Amino acid sequence: MAATQTPEAARPPGHQAARVRRVGTLRAWLTRPELAAVAGCVLVWLFFAAVASDSGFLSQGGTASYLEVAAQVGIVGVPVAMLMIAGEFDLSVGSMVGAAGMIIAISTAEYGWPLWAGIVAAFVVAALVGLFNGYIVVKTGLPSFIVTLGMLFALSGATIGLSRLLTDRTQISMYPGDLEGFLHSLFAGKIGPYPASIAWWLGLAVVATYVLQKTVFGNWVFGAGGDKYAARNVGVPVARVKILTFVATATSAALLATIQVLDAGSADVIRGQLLELQAIAAAVIGGVLLTGGYGSVIGALFGALIFGMVQQGIFFTGVDTDWFKLFVGAMILLAVLFNNLIRKRAAEAH
Amino acid sequence: MAENGGSRNGGPILEARGVSKYFGHVVALEDITMDVRAGEVLCLLGDNGAGKSTLIKTFSGVHKPDKGTMLVDGEETVFNSPHDAIERGIATVFQDLAMIPLSGIARNFFLGREPKKGKGPLQRYDAAFADRVTRSELEKIGIELRDTSQPVSTLSGGERQCVAIARAVYFGAKVLILDEPTSALGVRQASIVLRYIDQTRAAGIGVIFITHNVHHAYLIGDRFTVLERGRNTGTVAHDEITTEQLEKRMAGGKELARLEAEFKRGAKEIRVPAHPS
Ligand SMILES: Nc1ncnc2c1ncn2[C@@H]1O[C@H](COP(=O)(O)OP(=O)(O)OP(=O)(O)O)[C@@H](O)[C@H]1O
Ligand SMILES: [Mg+2]
Repeated sequence: MAATQTPEAARPPGHQAARVRRVGTLRAWLTRPELAAVAGCVLVWLFFAAVASDSGFLSQGGTASYLEVAAQVGIVGVPVAMLMIAGEFDLSVGSMVGAAGMIIAISTAEYGWPLWAGIVAAFVVAALVGLFNGYIVVKTGLPSFIVTLGMLFALSGATIGLSRLLTDRTQISMYPGDLEGFLHSLFAGKIGPYPASIAWWLGLAVVATYVLQKTVFGNWVFGAGGDKYAARNVGVPVARVKILTFVATATSAALLATIQVLDAGSADVIRGQLLELQAIAAAVIGGVLLTGGYGSVIGALFGALIFGMVQQGIFFTGVDTDWFKLFVGAMILLAVLFNNLIRKRAAEAH
Repeated sequence: MAENGGSRNGGPILEARGVSKYFGHVVALEDITMDVRAGEVLCLLGDNGAGKSTLIKTFSGVHKPDKGTMLVDGEETVFNSPHDAIERGIATVFQDLAMIPLSGIARNFFLGREPKKGKGPLQRYDAAFADRVTRSELEKIGIELRDTSQPVSTLSGGERQCVAIARAVYFGAKVLILDEPTSALGVRQASIVLRYIDQTRAAGIGVIFITHNVHHAYLIGDRFTVLERGRNTGTVAHDEITTEQLEKRMAGGKELARLEAEFKRGAKEIRVPAHPS
């Protein structure tokens, strides 16, 4: 750690280094926020590899299936982790998935819009919802937990109401012609046995990690979440950072909706339910601090992976999938306990 | 390091003329006139609620005065935000230090003013530059870092205060405002900060040093301005006053005298029984 100068400045060189404790790379690595999630992933994989190997968990199809579940959680989980690092929550992402899916399906299948226009409309509406969430949170200073909880209900109510009003249904099938071609393979195509969503998930995680670690905006995200007053006092545009991150979470929900609608060939108002909590769980397992200012997107990526492996692993073991949530709950608690330890070491050790 | 404007013997770099600030019917500041010059330490003293924090928030652009004017280098200036004040070379180290405890030291040092490299969409945070500068700036004040990415929370209170001051100096502060930088520190840590304030003054920067500690103030101050209930009771130079006189002025001498008399008179009644029954 740091050594400070004392009046007897004429000390032999190297004296100060006496107070500088050597910290090995191993130790530095042991204080990374994503450690618990990575270790958890390995453990969960080993567990299911041991108990469910003969039922296909290790096969290519098994791998693809848990990666796909992980991608669904992770596509939203990655920006949600970033928003949580910026010190805010977004509980409306699940409702946003349902809403964006219905926008695409109704505009294309009922009103005959071209697919691209439907997708653009979904993204625009999502961006506006994100702007609204962010603007209200920043302007009123209300906790985002409450603001986006309101949005969760409002958005889902509006989606059901409008869908009934416009189509008399809450589930819409896509126009078959939209389930092929470039846009379809872009969002719902396959690379071998692996659905495109996995590539979107990994791509998003790479971009978000780059933004957080390598750009100025990333530094502002940590600042805004660590202490918004302190950050503002040194000139960080905290409001802009938060609003933009809210836009990112909402548009990631639109991306997931696009993938789901094109993959399933239909939209349903209840799609995305509970996704907001799964995304938060992935971020928390991944070492993101609930109060903001600390964490990593890579952690959230592994958090989502744990989610996928547990859900599909339990399915492969043949155990009643009712146990899934118990397992996830235990994982969350364990991960949070572990993360807490790591964070204490990062903050105090050295 | 950026150059510091003004000369040691020049006019004031920062000046308040007849500044008043009201919060509803609370008179936080009334007709305050004061200034700070390059290369001096001006101590701002006063009891709790005297208006010290309100005054420096006015200097740093957090509050706008309701009456009166602010002058920077003799030029009338209105600050609309803390950013405006920073732009004009007025750096404030607030008591919370404006640092993100779990972020790295270098990232904190450059928070809000990040060095960039690359062009257009590939423009990114220049971590190597930030590390290099942070390391060398902190070495200047005797803080040797093994790793500039270690969280700020691993530094001691005095070191953190020094990092915050070093940051302000590096970014070209002409006036450095410190809100109670030594109040939470032990003797050793406080002396580190005081020594660094002295270095800062020697570099030609005007320092406004807010403190409750008369001894710290007297050690380092060139002039002392004492606020009392939002009013300036006057500014005195170091060689015009003793520590005791300063202490009396600051705590409201009457108050102390009365307390002294009270204790003498009531010594018996105040004494605590040795064995509670
Ligand atoms: N934002 C505000 N709204 C209303 N009243 C305020 C506000 N800020 C300060 N005041 C009032 O103005 C007066 C001066 O407060 P200030 O914080 O400037 O005192 P201070 O000298 O810094 O005291 P301390 O030594 O306790 O920090 C106090 O009576 C305080 O209650
Ligand atoms: Mg104060």
